[in-house]
Order: sequence, then structure tokens, then C-alpha cells
Amino acid sequence: MIRNLLSIDDLDRAGIERILDRARSFAEVAGRDIKKVPALKGRTVVNLFYEASTRTSSSFELAAKRLSADVVSIRSAGSSVEKGESLRDTVQTLSAYAPAAIVIRSPYAGAATQVAGWTDAAVINAGDGKHEHPTQALLDVFTLTQALGRLEGRSIWIVGDVLHSRVARSGIIAFQRMGAQVTVCGPPTLIPRQIEALGCVRQTTLERLREADVVYVLRMQHERMHEAYVPSLREYTQRYQVNLARLRAGQVVMHPGPVNRGVELSGDAIDCDASLIGAQVRSGVAVRMAVLYELLVGVPALQAVA
Amino acid sequence: MADTKLFHRSPPPGNLLIRGGRVLDPRSAIDAPLDVLIRDGVVAELGEPGAIPPPSGAAVIEAAGKHVFPAFSDPHVHLRTPGQEYKESIATGTAAGAAGGFCQLIAMPNTTPTIDQVSVLQAVIATAREQAQVPTGFLAAITTGLQGRELTEMAALGDAGALGFSDDGKPVVSAGVLRKALAYQRLAGGVIALHEEDPELSGDGVMHEGAVSARLGVAGIPSVSESTMIARDGAIARYEGARVHFQHLSCAESVAALELWRSRGAQVSGEATPHHLTLTDEAVAGLDSNLKMNPPLRAEADRQALVDGLRSGVIDCVATDHAPHARHEKEMPFEQAPMGTTGLETAFMALYTELVKPGVLPLSVVVERMTAGGALYGLLAPRVVVGEPANVVLVDLQREWKVGEGGYASRSENCCFDGRRLSGVVELTVAAGSVVFSARGSGLASVVEVS
Repeated sequence: MIRNLLSIDDLDRAGIERILDRARSFAEVAGRDIKKVPALKGRTVVNLFYEASTRTSSSFELAAKRLSADVVSIRSAGSSVEKGESLRDTVQTLSAYAPAAIVIRSPYAGAATQVAGWTDAAVINAGDGKHEHPTQALLDVFTLTQALGRLEGRSIWIVGDVLHSRVARSGIIAFQRMGAQVTVCGPPTLIPRQIEALGCVRQTTLERLREADVVYVLRMQHERMHEAYVPSLREYTQRYQVNLARLRAGQVVMHPGPVNRGVELSGDAIDCDASLIGAQVRSGVAVRMAVLYELLVGVPALQAVA
Repeated sequence: MADTKLFHRSPPPGNLLIRGGRVLDPRSAIDAPLDVLIRDGVVAELGEPGAIPPPSGAAVIEAAGKHVFPAFSDPHVHLRTPGQEYKESIATGTAAGAAGGFCQLIAMPNTTPTIDQVSVLQAVIATAREQAQVPTGFLAAITTGLQGRELTEMAALGDAGALGFSDDGKPVVSAGVLRKALAYQRLAGGVIALHEEDPELSGDGVMHEGAVSARLGVAGIPSVSESTMIARDGAIARYEGARVHFQHLSCAESVAALELWRSRGAQVSGEATPHHLTLTDEAVAGLDSNLKMNPPLRAEADRQALVDGLRSGVIDCVATDHAPHARHEKEMPFEQAPMGTTGLETAFMALYTELVKPGVLPLSVVVERMTAGGALYGLLAPRVVVGEPANVVLVDLQREWKVGEGGYASRSENCCFDGRRLSGVVELTVAAGSVVFSARGSGLASVVEVS
């Protein structure tokens, strides 16, 4: 049992599998008429989002509520955060409510780790800058194992803007930990120098995309780009767009959302049968329930779920 | 004979006998246990252990088993006066220097306001005369407001006491502006010291670009950002016949560029910091903002090239780039926190612990490079020589301490070595003939009163 989830590196393979098992039972709860379990009744979960987010913040909120926790959600706009309060002061203020967990999304790498040093609450990293997004990696592994079974020996291609992607960094680690082989592919200006140090392989073109079992497409992060990394979106689309002409039968397609339809992914690829994008969103709530449960309740009380 | 461009508050000269310490002064070819008698602030006598009877009124310090070095010289510190006294002041920064064994400090002009005109320089010199515990010199800016466009009145600033010129913290991006400054040096004198970095290559980088930055997803500063500018400016320095000093070298290609231009006759020198000589980007993996500095900690191969450069003399001296920041500033997330680490109170001890003890560098080389910085700007190199002003540091190399455990003399605590165990404890610092530091608990606390 771990205290915080700051990096996907905090979990070994057994830890990931334990969370996936629990997520499966929570996914079953989601199929019931009453979607709530009392596991976190009377406990408080604070969602602290310093960055725009739709699916991550809503799925964390829903996950905490389905575990019967009291939920406080704070966004930077309109809060004391916008009035210049430091992260440390904000965390200390919120800690006065004695929350069981703080879920934090920040535009800066390492912010979740810093918060963990300032509070007794369990801290969950919901994305820190371009560093990590561990719950996204967990829900991606969950979605893939639901679709394909074990990931051992599978080839997973992560395509697009790896440089600005925390999803890619957590994914590379998580997929490999589950036994898959990871290839990153994108414009040379959008692949970090020495990314191979993470154990993955680098490709510059999609020529060998057919070798992939899983094609994980990343969002072109215009909002994180302060300069031109590619000459044009047109040239990017010509070289790197994942579309039905480039996919073969048997491959599955994933994307962390939100999609730039027609840029990194063609419309027909988004909507095709091989697309797991909808399943990824559905997995989000169950996996985040499992993470909250893992950190706040732990192994011994597992039977309380059923 | 005193350096006319160093300023301090001139406490009374010391009278003390340091008995039986191992004196190591590479410049004077001394390496032996000796008694050192300091009378009226001057080294009066060197003798065999026990040979010098203690004169009446002099403090006696038993130093057997300890080392006496020429006190250290740091050509690169940020004292934050004027304008940022919440980080450091001339009083606290020089106290940190005294605690680290330094007898000469050279302060950078990137203050608020910038030291880019005579009136500001005169004001800091006046403050140093009142507050500086250790003789301190000042560089003035090369360009007004460090903007990289218009030259400061370098000649007038030199006459008013500037030891040289630097836009440290920022590069002189324009080769044309730099060339004019180097040409103008023929009138103004003074060494021109350069912080080398190509802002286009650095981009919004906050650490070394390499495997660690790839893993962390934070923007990297490539080593070529520094080395290409050294290659460029070494060429311009040679063309203009100018005297140029390259500040805080961080990577292998920079050492190579310095070596190349010196071998071709350019009058160029270079410095390296204790943190770049002992730490790498691996230390940044935990995103501790105390390890965020510019230039950044680089790869192991770069660190080794710096150590090799220091050993061979391609890198002339050690400089701390002591850069204090307040706690609330360093508590920001890594990418937002300001760049810089303090270094005065750990410099020699870090090098001794990480490089001398494991046998990578001889002690004499480290002592020589720790005392060479001021001489690059025309100051007297500290020596242990009869008849010269006493500039000595007494160090117990047998003792260990934990950095930060007893607090810092600096006003700030953003030390990249915080929490590490280092060997070597400074017990006494004598600068320009005065006792400026004596360690508590070393039995030397009375020395200041006696002198």
C-alpha cells in the first residue's frame, strides 16, 4: 500500500494489477442503478485544479462521490490562487479541513510532490506540467487489458507530440511495466532528446506503424507550444495523422482527449470500431475510485466494496 | 601593499600565533607543519613547530593536525545589495564568505538598480566600507541595465573602483555590442567577464537537456547554448586582443572552446563552480529547486571534463556563483523557482569531500584554484609569505558536518548541498590581517576579542 500517487513509478506491477482488479469491481458498481458505495463516507476529498480540465476533474469528482466522500472542488479561476496565494499557503489553508486526500492538477512539474510535503492528506497527482499523469496511465492500462487481455509482449506506439505530453511519460513507464514494448513516433522536434533512456524505441516516420498492436495518439498541444515546432499543421497531418489508410485490421486506437479532429486523428479513425477512446473515458471513474480506495482504505477492507 | 579596489570595514589587525598546523601554499611552494606568527595583521614569521615563542598579547591557536591554507578568493558572488536585501546583504554575504574561509570576494552588478553608473557603484563601495567583513570588489555592468544594447561608462566606472565588467545573469547576445565593449576595454581597462548563453537555444529551459529532463518533462537547456557562445566570443576576444573571463563553465564543449582559443593566443580565462564540479543533472531528478541554477547541473561527462579542466589549468579558478534566494521564492514549483544556489559556506568542503578525498584531485590543486580567482582581476593572490598581509584559513579536514545543521551565515538557505555530510570544518579565517571568522566550539571564540 502506498501513501500518495505522485508518479506511476510509485507502483510496481503488482500494485498496478491490484488497482486494476479493484477498478473492475467498481466498474461493475457503475452498472447498477445505485452507483454508490459507502467506502469513504464522512471523509473529505479536495480537488485542486490549477489548469483547465474537463474529463480528469469531472471523473475524480464523480469517483469520490461514488465512494460517498464529501468533495470540495477548487479551480484557479476566481479563487485565492488567482489572487496570488502561494501553492503552499493554499495547501495549508485547505489542510485545515483535514481532508483525507488532495487531488492536484498543476501546470508545473513536481507540484504534487511538493504538496505531499506540506500536508498529511494523501496526494494524488492529476497531472503536473509536462511531467506525469499517473491516473491516466492506469486507466489506459485498464482499458487495454479489458480490450486485449494481458499486455505482455504487445507493441504499443505512442504517436505525436511526446515533448509536451505528461500522458506519454506516464504511459511509457506503465505500459513497459506491464510487459509491453513501447515505440514513440513523431516529428523530431517533438520527441525529447534521450527519450530512449526510458526504455522505449524512437521512430521518425509511421512507415512501420503496422507492427503496432496499439496506436496511442497524442494531442497536438497548441496551448503548450510557444514556438513553431512543426512547419505547419498541414505537413504534420500529412506525415503523422493516424487514419484508416494507415491502420490495419486488428489494431486498436487510443487518445487521451480532447482530440483535434482531423489533425492528429482523422474523424473516421475516432469513430471506427477499433477506437477505444470512449472506453478510456468510461474507465476513468472506476480507475480513480480504485486509486482513492487504494490510498485511503487499502487492502484489508476490500470486501467492503462487494 | 593593499589592493585599492577591495573594500571592507577594516577591523583591527590581528596578533596571533597559529601553532603547528600543516601549512599548504602551492604558490609559495610550502607544504609543511609550521608556526605562523601574525603581528599587526602581517605574516611576521614562519617557523618550525614550537620554534616561535608566543608574544605577549597574541592569541595562540593550537593547530596540530589541522591545515593552514592561503584564504580563498571568490571571483563570482551575488551580494544582492542594493535592492534585494531580503535575499542577502553585503554584511551577511561577506559573513558567509568569512565562514567559508574567503579573504576576497568579487560581487556581480545585477542588483536593483543595476551597478551600471558611477553613483550606484559609489554607493555600494560606501556600504562595503561600513559592512563588508571580507575585502570585496565590484564589477560594473557591461551594458546599461544589462539590456545588451548600450555600453556603460566603463572608463568612469573603472576610475570609480570597478574591477571589471560583467552582465552576469545574462549574456551579451549581440556580437556587435560585445565587440565594442572589448575594443573599449583598451581605454577603460578591467577584465570583461561573460555569462555565456544563447537565449534562442536555452529557450524556456530550466535544467540540463538530457535523459533526466526527458524523463521529467521539463524544458532543457542544451550544453551548446553555452559552448557556442564561448566559441564565438573567444574568436572576438582574440580579434580585439581583449582580456576576457568566461564565467561558470558547465560543459565539456565549453572547456574545449576555452582551450582552443587560449591555444590560439586569446587572453581568455575560465572559472567553474563547486556544484558543477561535484553534481550532475541526476541530482535534479527529485525537482528540488535548490538544485536549479543557471547554467544547470549537467551530465556526468561534462562534470568530468570540468574536473579535468581544473586539474590541467585550462580552468583557472573555482568560483561559487553564490546566488542567494529567499525561502518563499525557492518554495515555488521547480519550473517557477528562481535559478541559483548559495555556495560560499560549502565551496572548499564540497571539493575536498567529493574530489580530494576520493583521490580525483590533489589537495594542492584545489587550494591553488580556490585562491586564484581575484588574481585574474589583478588582485594580489593570497599567500602565506613573511611580510605580506595575513590571508589564511585554518581548516580541520578530519571533522565532518552536515550542511545547514547549524544554520547559515548567509541570509538565505538555498544551498544545493543542504543536508549533505561534508568533510572539513573552517575554524578560523584571517582576511587582510584581521580575524573575520572563528568557529564556535573550536576554542577560538576568544580570538576576535584578543585581537
